[in-house]
Amino acid sequence: MSGPVIVDTGGANIASLQLAVERLGRTAELSADPQRIERGSHVFLPGVGAAADAMTRLERTGLAEVIPRLTQPVLGICLGMQLLYEASEEGETRCLGVLPGRVRRMSPAPGRPVPHMGWNRVAHGRPHALLEGLEDGGFAYFVHSYRAPLGEDTLAACDYGETFTAIASRGNFHGVQFHPERSAALGSRFLANFLELP
Amino acid sequence: MRDGRVVKGLRFRDHVDAGDIEALAARYREEGADELVFYDITASPEGRRLDRAWVRRVATLLDIPFCVAGGIRSVADAEAVLAAGAEKVSVNSPALERPALVNELARRFGSQCVVVGIDSRGPPGGWRVHQYAGDPARVRDAGRDTLDWLVEAQERGAGEIVLNCMEQDGVRRGYDVAQLSEARAHCDVPLVASGGAGSPEDFSEVFERAGVDAALAAGAFHDGSIRIPALKAHLLGRGIAVRP
Repeated sequence: MSGPVIVDTGGANIASLQLAVERLGRTAELSADPQRIERGSHVFLPGVGAAADAMTRLERTGLAEVIPRLTQPVLGICLGMQLLYEASEEGETRCLGVLPGRVRRMSPAPGRPVPHMGWNRVAHGRPHALLEGLEDGGFAYFVHSYRAPLGEDTLAACDYGETFTAIASRGNFHGVQFHPERSAALGSRFLANFLELP
Repeated sequence: MRDGRVVKGLRFRDHVDAGDIEALAARYREEGADELVFYDITASPEGRRLDRAWVRRVATLLDIPFCVAGGIRSVADAEAVLAAGAEKVSVNSPALERPALVNELARRFGSQCVVVGIDSRGPPGGWRVHQYAGDPARVRDAGRDTLDWLVEAQERGAGEIVLNCMEQDGVRRGYDVAQLSEARAHCDVPLVASGGAGSPEDFSEVFERAGVDAALAAGAFHDGSIRIPALKAHLLGRGIAVRP
């Protein structure tokens, strides 16, 4: 086992996650090498952009096979979280399938433009080590147009006209729809909690 | 930003020094700003690319989102800024020079990364887009109607619009509610009001009357005449949802 690793999903702004980990006094290596990722103590799966592009890249590097078999704590962030589900409506993409359910497009409404961009409340569901020290109903920073369904894996939810999963967890696989690396103190604590998971 | 310092002008002219980039960024982080926007105002008028060294320094410091604008003319330029840690890029004059830039950026990074900034002025109902507004000697009518460009930018993939109302810039007598209301009616993506903030009441007015998603200010924050905690207390008191 070595330290935390960030899966290089080809996204352009992985740096902000790396810097957030550094602000916690830790370092996270960026890698697309399956062997390095298998050895990571904690694995971050970040992602911005489109689901189909991201899955194509994971398939090309063999990571689409590797990630579902990982046994250490894995955290999908934003698109990375959506990739953990079975499928995404975005480009009708088959995803990694470690969390049950389909990711769907959000519908815009007056006063609720899509993409959902900005600070919104995160309401806690069942207790979990990831939520330790986080304010129930605290604000986090969201940027997304697709959303994951509520289900038994939902740890926390967000209401943006429709309620969707903000934090999910099943076994060693976790997902967060907001950007913890840009969610001020709440986000830092969330990342610290993840890095504390055994 | 100009020459590594934060500057602020009046109606896009006569810029004066407002402080050190990192010191201001740290102060706004502490005071509870929800997002910061950095404009390299002379990059496009001078035909040069943005200086990116400070982007990394700011990214190291900030745990809130920030957007970088100025001199982003290609996917490669945007990639460098995002790789340095910015959350979003904002394009303004380069998108007017070559509108397909907006499509290219949205395709590569997703709409959520792509902000289109519009500098606009004109008689009510006849607002016109202006180009190279960062340089008083080069600013000019871009040959486009503001509302037409607002719609086109969204069709091309802009995920957010920042409307800078030039007449109000630095004047501190309130946002241009008429223009922003009209823009709101044509804008299905997040709309950010810019130009004219002088008091907490100006913010509540633009949220309540123009229905914008966010309001941006510079000068009134830089000189401390509006403090962010007091502003947020005012907005919460008016029943406007903000992060406390």
